[in-house]
Amino acid sequence: MHIVTCIKQTPATDNVQIDPETGTLKREGMEAAINPFDEFGIEEAVRIKEKIGGDSKVSVITMGPPQAENALRDAISRGADAAYHICGREFAGADTWATSHALYKGIAKISKEFTPVDLIICGKQTNDGDTGHIGPGLAAWLDWPNVAYVKKVEDIKSLGNGKGGTIVVHRMMEDGVDILEMELPAVISVVKEINTPRVPSLRGKMAAKKAAIPKWDAVALGADLAHVGLKGSPTIVAKSFRPTMPTGGETIQGATAEEKARNLVAKLRQLNLI
Amino acid sequence: MSSEEKILAIPIKPEEHKDVWIYAEVRHGELVPTAFELLHVAKKLSVPLKEKLCAVVIGSGVSKYAQDLIDRGAEKVYVIDHPSLSQFVDEVYANILVDLIVKEKPNKLLMAASTIGRSFASRVAVLANTGITADSTELDINMEKGGLLNATRPTFGGTLMATILCIRGHRPEMVTVRPMAFPQAEPAPGQKGEVVKVPADPAKWKTREKHLKFEPEESQEIDIQQANTIVSGGYGVGGQKGFEILRSLAHKLGAAIGASRRAVDSGWIAYRHQIGLTGRVVRPKLYIACGISGQIQHLAGMNSAQTIVCINKDPEVPLMKLATFAVEGDLFEILPAIEKELDRSPARV
Repeated sequence: MHIVTCIKQTPATDNVQIDPETGTLKREGMEAAINPFDEFGIEEAVRIKEKIGGDSKVSVITMGPPQAENALRDAISRGADAAYHICGREFAGADTWATSHALYKGIAKISKEFTPVDLIICGKQTNDGDTGHIGPGLAAWLDWPNVAYVKKVEDIKSLGNGKGGTIVVHRMMEDGVDILEMELPAVISVVKEINTPRVPSLRGKMAAKKAAIPKWDAVALGADLAHVGLKGSPTIVAKSFRPTMPTGGETIQGATAEEKARNLVAKLRQLNLI
Repeated sequence: MSSEEKILAIPIKPEEHKDVWIYAEVRHGELVPTAFELLHVAKKLSVPLKEKLCAVVIGSGVSKYAQDLIDRGAEKVYVIDHPSLSQFVDEVYANILVDLIVKEKPNKLLMAASTIGRSFASRVAVLANTGITADSTELDINMEKGGLLNATRPTFGGTLMATILCIRGHRPEMVTVRPMAFPQAEPAPGQKGEVVKVPADPAKWKTREKHLKFEPEESQEIDIQQANTIVSGGYGVGGQKGFEILRSLAHKLGAAIGASRRAVDSGWIAYRHQIGLTGRVVRPKLYIACGISGQIQHLAGMNSAQTIVCINKDPEVPLMKLATFAVEGDLFEILPAIEKELDRSPARV
C-alpha cells in the first residue's frame, strides 16, 4: 500500500513579523519547521504502513521554496520512505485552489512514474494559513472521496497498487463522532487527537541525510503556468493588517475581594446579565 | 474526461452570475443555527448589490426548514430533499451543490466554517472552479471594485488579519464564515418567499463514501456554544481542583464552563471546553474569564461576547485591557466572594 502525506514547511513561531511596507509576513530569517498538524499525518501514514506491512511505503510531498527540502528530510527521519518536492518561483503566491492543483499534479506524477497512490493524508490545516482546504480540494482534483477531521482510522483494507480497498474512519464532529467508510483511493485530513507522533530515529536521520529528493517545477509536472502560483490563483490577499482589539473597559474598584465582588455583581445586575 | 478537465472547462463569466447564496447546514438531521448567522450577514451583502438572498438546504426531510429560512430573510430557498441524504457525506453533497451552482450561477456563496462547512466548501470550490476564503469574520461589498466581496479573516493563528478578493472573475465568490462571528437574523414569521424543489437523482451520484453511524457525545454539562453565560478558566486556575471553584459559580449562574488552551493542554479539563482558535468560538452574553491572560488565539474565540469580565492578579494582561469589567485580584478569593454576594441579595426578576 502506498500512502502519501502532504506537508508544508511553516514558520515555527507564533510571533510573526509584518513587513510595514507591504503588510505581508516577513518570512526571511524566520525559523521554519513542518507544520505541526502535518506531523500527525506523517505518523498516521507510518503507523498504517507498519500495520499493513509487505511492501507498503510512505511518501511525503510538499510545495515550497528550496529550503522546504529540510521539512521533507525531517519527515523521512520520522519514518517516511520517499520525498518529492514541488519547487519553482512560478508556484509562489498560490492560494488553496492553485496549491491543491499543483499537489494534484505531483500526486498524479508519483502514481504514474513511481508507485500508484492508495491513500493521501493531510494535516487538519496549517498553522500559517489555517484554511484546512488542501485535503478536500486535492480530492476534488483527483475525483477521490475524502473525509476531514479524522480522529481515528478504524480499519483499512487495501489491495495496493492503486487497485482499491476500503477505509473506515471516525470524523470528529461538534456533537459527536461520525463513522464513515470510503473506497480507496481516498484522501483524509487528520486532527491532533489521532496519535502521538514519534521523534526522529537515528536510522531515520541517516536515511534522511542520504535520500535523493526529486525537485519538480511546473514543466516537470506538466502544469499550465496559467494554473499555478499567484497568476493561477482565483483569490489574492488584497491587504493584511494587525487586528485591533477594543480597549477601555472599566476597572472594578474595591479594597477587598468582598467589595470588588459586590461592585461587580451590582454592575452585572444592572445590565440584567445575572 | 478527467476531473481536472471538467473543472477547467467551467467557463469564467462573472457577468452571468447573480444573487447571494447561503448554504444552510443540516447536521445529524437538525438545521444548524449558523444558517441564521449567514442570513444576517448575507442580507448586508445582497442589499447594496440589489440581488436576491437565497438559501440552499440539502438533506432528508429538510423541506420543513424552508419557511424558517424565509422567515429569517431568504427570498428564495433551493431544497434538495431525499431519504438517502439523511447524513452528510462530502462526495454526494458536493456533487449536488456543484450541479446547482453550475446551473443557477450564483454570485456569492456563504457557508459556515463548521466541521462540515470547512471541508465541504473546499471540495465544492475546486469542483466549481472558483475561489474561496476560509473562516471569514468580516464581510462587505467592495463597490469600487464592481461589487466584489471583501472577505476578511484571521490568519497565522489570529496574529494577522487578511482581506481576500476573488479578482479573476471566478464565481461564485465563496467564503466560509466563522460560527458566532455574526448575530442571527431575527425571524419575522409569515414572510413570503419562493421555494424551489430541486429534483434529486441518486442514480447520478457517486457513492464511494458511506456514512455508517453517528455516535452522539453524551454530556450532562451545558454546551459552551449554547450558553448565555460562560465561566472560563486559564492557566491561573492552577489545576483540576481550581476548576471546581469555577464550576460552583457556573452552577449558581446556570453557566457553561470554558477554558483556555493552556488549561486544556495541562489536562485539567476536557477539550470540548476549549475556547479559541484551536478550540471553539463562542458568543455569550456574559463571559467571565478567570486567570486567563488572553493570548490572541483565545481572544479570537470569545471577543464577540457581549460583556466580558476578567478576573486576574495581573492588571497588565491583554484580557484585562479588553474586558468590559476588569477585576484585579486573586480568583480564589474573588469567585467565592461573588457567590456569597449572589446569595446575599436576590437576583432581579
